[in-house]
Amino acid sequence: MRIPVETFRLDNGLFVTLSEDHTAPIVAVNLWYHVGSANEKAGRTGFAHLFEHMLFQGSAHVASNEHFELIQRAGGTLNGSTWLERTNYFETVPSNELALALWLEADRMGDLLPAMTQEKLDTQRDVVKNERRWSVDNQPYGTMLEKLQELVFPRSHPFEHSLIGSMEDLSAASLDDIAQFFVTYYTPDNAVLSIAGDFDASEARALIGEYFGPIPRGKGKPPLPPMALPPVFGSPLREVVEDDVSLPRLFMAFRSPVFGSDQYYAASIASALLGMRKGSRLHRALVRERQIAADAGAFTLDLAKGSDLLVVDVTARPEIPVAQLEEEVEREIDSLHRDGVSEEEVRRAQALIETDLIASLQSAGERADRLSMFATYFGQPELINEQVDRYRAVTVKKVNELVKERFGEDNRASLIYVPREGVETENLLAAAVGAG
Amino acid sequence: MVATLRPKSGPARSYRFPTFSDERLSSGLRLLTAPVSKLPVVTMLVLIDAGSANDPAGKEGVAALTAGLLLEGTAQLSGAEISEKFEKLGTSAESGADWDSAFVKLTALSDHLEDAASLLGQILQRPAFPEREVERLKAERLAEILQLETEPRGLADEKFSEFLYSPDSRYSKPDEGNSKTVSALTRTDVENFFRANYRTGSTTVILAGDITPESARALVEKAFQNWAPGTAESQRLVATARTSRKSLHIVDKRDAPQSELRVGHVGLPRKIPDFFPTLVMNAVLGGLFGSRINLNLREAHGYTYGASSFYDWRRGPGPFVVSTAVQSDVTAPALREILLEIDRIRVKQISDEELSLARDYLDGVFPIRYETTAAIASALATLVIYDLPPDYYDTYRSNIRGVSVAAVLEAAQAHLHPDLLQTVVVGDARAIKDSVGELGLGDIQVHHS
Repeated sequence: MRIPVETFRLDNGLFVTLSEDHTAPIVAVNLWYHVGSANEKAGRTGFAHLFEHMLFQGSAHVASNEHFELIQRAGGTLNGSTWLERTNYFETVPSNELALALWLEADRMGDLLPAMTQEKLDTQRDVVKNERRWSVDNQPYGTMLEKLQELVFPRSHPFEHSLIGSMEDLSAASLDDIAQFFVTYYTPDNAVLSIAGDFDASEARALIGEYFGPIPRGKGKPPLPPMALPPVFGSPLREVVEDDVSLPRLFMAFRSPVFGSDQYYAASIASALLGMRKGSRLHRALVRERQIAADAGAFTLDLAKGSDLLVVDVTARPEIPVAQLEEEVEREIDSLHRDGVSEEEVRRAQALIETDLIASLQSAGERADRLSMFATYFGQPELINEQVDRYRAVTVKKVNELVKERFGEDNRASLIYVPREGVETENLLAAAVGAG
Repeated sequence: MVATLRPKSGPARSYRFPTFSDERLSSGLRLLTAPVSKLPVVTMLVLIDAGSANDPAGKEGVAALTAGLLLEGTAQLSGAEISEKFEKLGTSAESGADWDSAFVKLTALSDHLEDAASLLGQILQRPAFPEREVERLKAERLAEILQLETEPRGLADEKFSEFLYSPDSRYSKPDEGNSKTVSALTRTDVENFFRANYRTGSTTVILAGDITPESARALVEKAFQNWAPGTAESQRLVATARTSRKSLHIVDKRDAPQSELRVGHVGLPRKIPDFFPTLVMNAVLGGLFGSRINLNLREAHGYTYGASSFYDWRRGPGPFVVSTAVQSDVTAPALREILLEIDRIRVKQISDEELSLARDYLDGVFPIRYETTAAIASALATLVIYDLPPDYYDTYRSNIRGVSVAAVLEAAQAHLHPDLLQTVVVGDARAIKDSVGELGLGDIQVHHS
């Protein structure tokens, strides 16, 4: 099955993708700006995300929080999110409100700065600090992503620093930073606009031209520093974090091929056969058979530049010492690396992924988001229709080549959380393992 | 520059919740089918009247354990084989119990539905409850309970229920049981629960997606052909308040950067005559981003990343709760604002703008809620669980639009009880106890976990 995809570009550089589907009177509007935490400058960690909050604080013709109110009044849902490589903004609205959603997005892309005030920045800074406390500091294993980034990326690599940012850097952000970030990155030529659902393509084109057409092109953004990394870490990396957690948990990360590359699909299959659902290797071996883990999974971060990460995530059962957990996970990875995978395992992973891919296209918002993603990263939104085939094309041989290259001892980074009460024992254990 | 004039709405296109068939099969099974042919996917949801509210006293958690064990072995297949078979079909079944029902569900591509349904049928008709898997799932639940001790959000929710309901109320204990009750459960408890509750007459199969009622009927009759007809006895639920006085519980978490707050009282059962005014009232109070509580705590004060209120709808009276996490040093002022908002909505009518925001949102967002087969199946489950009329979704939007400011005020006065509020704070007791103690939230108890 294929979904229709139509594309065009405005003179100011805005790339647009349209995908009609008239089954329900719903339309999704989705904007990706090609800027994320990777683009932050030193001393401003967390700024891309703080900036995302400011985009809901009004623009020239929209009052503070009115964006939320107007969309909700129209019966729509909306939000935004920030990632290492991009920031997105999206609304799903009844189809007769398409113009409103487009106009709101255009007003803040074209004319944000008149609405920015110190008071709004101060409040959103507090909100974001509370978001950090809530999702990172006061949440078991909440520091996982930032600790992992720090462990696996070289110093000053754009992916090395925290996405949510440090309290100190959040405090330092100023209105000047807002203005500078806005003119540098929030420009039509650095964005992709996708519309999916119930709309008329010619009407949509007219509205887009009217609302977004007058926004001037940007002056270009500073290039990211070189992102390329060797395929493997070179030697094992390891960090033990003592934290307010009840059970030890191991995140083992592997440098892995960038999202969208041929090898990526083999890595994604490897990740699924290791840790997707109960029939996966790790769940079967560690949770069901040996019963040393309370939970086991694996995922990829889907980074499109530099290097992706494949992460294995295993939580110990209460009576299991962390050293045993680590050993048994290592043993599973060793056997994967040594013996490779079976045809059956690959098929299982392919079948599960295929169902998920197709089921996800039911929602207009998901369609629009994926179109924006493929357009932003590769300039090819139509890749949305090739995913099932890309996964089907992965063979045992390709997975085995990937596994040989990426699952050796020279490409493992272990981030290990241990309960704080166990500080002394864990230090001893860590020392013992390190010495061994 | 960008057009300064706000666009007007175009003419709205009509929308109807998917039509569905509803029939009773000869075995006693009820079957609901909603044909939706947008994509080649189908969601199958089997709903059994065997939720946690049916747990016998002292056996709390047995409903959840039983539901979990359905996928862990039949007379012919081991749990590992079951997962493998489903996953080769590109699907995986999920089972569990919430308060009012047990469920097994899956979403599959249409081509694989028949095989997946047949496997699901075997599982429900011949579960083996292997001893080893009983012990494993118990151990995994105990691990989860241990995890909760360091997870402030879940801990706050759990403590709130514990302090809200009398100890003999099923709702006072977690739906999946606590460490004491779970440790004591045996394979025999599971078998007994299964035999008493899993009957054809207490079971509904829901299919939504790329399927017709005729093929659904054939599929279900075949998949469940060996299930002997029968009906379970209905259960009585105890859900009474623990106290009729306000009280404040601080669950100490040394040096916590935030306080998790829960403020509320015993709420309402789902099936009440003024459900719609109550829904709109809560939307204005704390149910939307633009609600009073969120705009106050987050956007005006920056105390929190988000604050909300909700009625936890169940067959029995679930909790009404205001829920948020605030930085520790503003715990007392944040609580004060919550109390003010609960009072304010009971005293004076909400404005027309507030009413229209809530009403237009709930009315307008309706079609967006049912984009996926899983969402449609779950909406049909709501009809079954709460015994709502078959035209519930067809009249939902006009019911929402019919709510007035007067009705909202009446709902607030009838269903919000400032004098009964129970407050739970999971946070740093030393840092907050004095300031919070001055708010008149009732007797203070500090708990060290």
